[in-house]
Amino acid sequence: MKRQPLVLKILENDKGGKIVLSTLAVVVFVVAFCNLFVPSDSIFYISTFTVTILGKYLAFALLALALDLVWGYLGVLSLGHGAFFALGGYAWAMYLMRQIGDRGVYGNPELPDFMVFMNLQELPWFWYGFDNPLFAFLMVGLIPGILAFVFGWFAFKSRVTGVYLSIITQAMTYALMLAFFRNDMGFGGNNGLTDFKDILGFDLSSDSTRVGLLIITFIALVLGYLVCRFIINSRLGRVVISIRDAESRVRFLGYKVEQYKLFIFVVSAILAAIAGALYVPQVGIINPGVFSPLFSIELVIWVAIGGRGTLYGAIIGAIIVSFASTYFTSALPEVWLYALGALFVLVTLYLPKGVVGLISQINSRVKKA
Amino acid sequence: MKFIKIMLLNLLMISFAFSSTLIEDSKNLTTNSFSKKQKVINELTEKYAENEQLEIVLQTMLSGDLYYKKDDKTLVVIDKKEDREYFTSDIFSKVKYPKASKYDFKKVKINNKLRSVIKASLAVINLSSKNVDKRFKSARNLLKNLDLNDRPMVINALSKEKDSDVKEVLQEIIANLDAKFQTGDKQIQAIKDLGGFLSAKTVQTLDEIITKNESELIVQIAKDAQDKVEMKKSFYSFIETAFFGLSQGSVLLLAAIGLAITFGVMKVINMAHGELIMIGAYTTYTIQQIMPGLIEYSIIIAIPAAFIVSGIVGILIERLVIRHLYGRPLETLLATFGVSLILQQLVRTIYSPLNQEVKTPQWMSGALEINSTLSLTYNRLYIIIFAVIVFLAILYVMKKTSLGLKVRAVSQNRPIARAMGIKSSYIDALTFGIGSGIAGVAGVALSQLTNVGPNLGQAYIVDSFMVVVFGGVGNLWGTLIAALSLGEINKFIEPIAGAVLAKVIILVFIILFIQKKPRGLFPQKGRDVED
Repeated sequence: MKRQPLVLKILENDKGGKIVLSTLAVVVFVVAFCNLFVPSDSIFYISTFTVTILGKYLAFALLALALDLVWGYLGVLSLGHGAFFALGGYAWAMYLMRQIGDRGVYGNPELPDFMVFMNLQELPWFWYGFDNPLFAFLMVGLIPGILAFVFGWFAFKSRVTGVYLSIITQAMTYALMLAFFRNDMGFGGNNGLTDFKDILGFDLSSDSTRVGLLIITFIALVLGYLVCRFIINSRLGRVVISIRDAESRVRFLGYKVEQYKLFIFVVSAILAAIAGALYVPQVGIINPGVFSPLFSIELVIWVAIGGRGTLYGAIIGAIIVSFASTYFTSALPEVWLYALGALFVLVTLYLPKGVVGLISQINSRVKKA
Repeated sequence: MKFIKIMLLNLLMISFAFSSTLIEDSKNLTTNSFSKKQKVINELTEKYAENEQLEIVLQTMLSGDLYYKKDDKTLVVIDKKEDREYFTSDIFSKVKYPKASKYDFKKVKINNKLRSVIKASLAVINLSSKNVDKRFKSARNLLKNLDLNDRPMVINALSKEKDSDVKEVLQEIIANLDAKFQTGDKQIQAIKDLGGFLSAKTVQTLDEIITKNESELIVQIAKDAQDKVEMKKSFYSFIETAFFGLSQGSVLLLAAIGLAITFGVMKVINMAHGELIMIGAYTTYTIQQIMPGLIEYSIIIAIPAAFIVSGIVGILIERLVIRHLYGRPLETLLATFGVSLILQQLVRTIYSPLNQEVKTPQWMSGALEINSTLSLTYNRLYIIIFAVIVFLAILYVMKKTSLGLKVRAVSQNRPIARAMGIKSSYIDALTFGIGSGIAGVAGVALSQLTNVGPNLGQAYIVDSFMVVVFGGVGNLWGTLIAALSLGEINKFIEPIAGAVLAKVIILVFIILFIQKKPRGLFPQKGRDVED
């Protein structure tokens, strides 16, 4: 057998993945190039706003990917993945807050603005260490990872399944939202964390930083995709898929179902958290609204529309729906919720396999004819 | 013209003739001597204590607005001053007099001493009023402004009083006065008596006695009495918290019980349940808008109306969406969530994105005052009763009717029920209709407690699920116990942790509980390995 590079080996037999990732690569390259190297009066110029929007979509795509891993392959419908995303975002936002230094409105070198506003005298203990980017990055993965581990450990050990699990994940993100809305939590309450100035020494408002962030997000998405695909292709992945299809049977065969579930759940939570950390510097704000059950359930529809259990479908779904959301909320805000609601209903009724399923259906019909 | 006016005026005068003695006697107030005025006031009070006109006269006099005509000593109030002329009207008959020169009138002057005399008289008048509320308020007022001079009057009133609430306040006044101003055994007895009362004044009096008094015996007795008051107080505040918990529990019960039925029978999560509640609330609002004259009955009309409207919407959801998704609970969850978004937006389009004001009928506002620390608001009281009625009705339908039997059969074992000849799809639609209808009825109740807006349902959906899951799916008694206990726990944590944190604690508690007992408090028995 010919030796192949690892990446190609992972993507073997994954035509959809190859197409989606390479298309995205081209789009990202074109957008980056047209933003940086084309003069701003040319018709080929692409605004920094578009760069940021695209970066946001890619972060969402990574989040959808994480959800598809647990929902599409493990059969666990998490209605609380927004919580992991938000926690990752908050952890990174804390680092960004510390980078502001004395450039805040109050000019306090020690404390972020909202703490000065709340009359805090010193930094709360849980903010220590976040001026170090390495530590912050570690926390981005660690905090949601630990939450997912503890939550999953309890839930899977006691064999909470199906809709029950969905509902308690929703309760988890709802509880976190209520908690983060409190001002005395020390995370900026209602307003969240915002007014970031720079990241790792680069100015956040400059075009090149924006493009850099877009490219980093894209790389993270590709890596995330490869990790997920690698897991699914492995022996472990087969067990995971059989758990989705017949949990009891797998258990009776002697597999420790809980451990497999827990592993996938934690990996997925960490991916979601990284997506959150990439989302924050590009959007420039994070507030407790991201914890809202509505957001978490909306991202489920991304995956459903794209096609669950395909990984690349999740990416397609996230980008399509986010794009539609951006378009409608500015052009026809009244219509958007109707459209979103109708999407939920129609996709579950008529497109159980999502856009990807639709495309392959059309393909096979064309081949037959 | 003038003649007719005079005629009318005379007629009015005649109609008030029955109280003419008060009118005549009160003319004596126009004397210039303050001591004479005092005498007149006391006489009037003694004679006409039960006449409300006297109260008006004294009130006006107290605020310095009482004037009289120099010529015939008629008591008047000034409506409008214009240069040197006054527009006046009669204090008794309210008849307007033609304007006249300001020199025709004179003010009934009062001094500080008279002021306190008038106040005391007013207190007596109020205490002997025929209206129980008025007597009660006046007694409360006297308690607030304790005065040793009131004591004989209070004792007098106490001997005549029949209403037990007013009596208690009067006794409290006397006990307070005696504890403060008496000495010896009488004081000790009074302090001991104070232990039986609750008001802030009693607490204050006891505090004063403890700090001022040197006699150790009295201080000790006062402290004992204080402990007694405190214990009583904490007991009543406990009852009050329990009542609030009960009312919140009833709201949860109303919101969750429809869900318990749909979820229990069809194992389907209806995320639009909250919006069905919202539709019920908007039905109430609409009925009040259509029939503005019937606010008093609007709630009664709204109950069946909301049941029908929400029930129909529920059946539509079942027929159009859920029916196609049986056996795929997670997909059903997503589809019904989409329905909930559409319903919310529909309400925003039809009404407005803002909260609407639903009026409270007279009989539902106000509070039942049990004593000075414990008062139960009527709307919450009615909602508790209402929740109990709804619960019993549902229990009856489920346990005693043929429909209930079929519903239970389908929920326990669908294939066997079908084999027995039950049309399961018909039962599904009907069950869903009933569950949704009850959600609508819950909305009517909620419209009396919270803002009616497009987000009303969202606030209750997570809570309702928690209740159903906590209680055990398919078990109505479980739902009842879960709703009430969650309501109580919430209200008892709230004062310690604050409203938001209390909610978070409850959610965490339920999450942990479900991990321990995944099928709730009262699980349905069965042998299936999988759901």
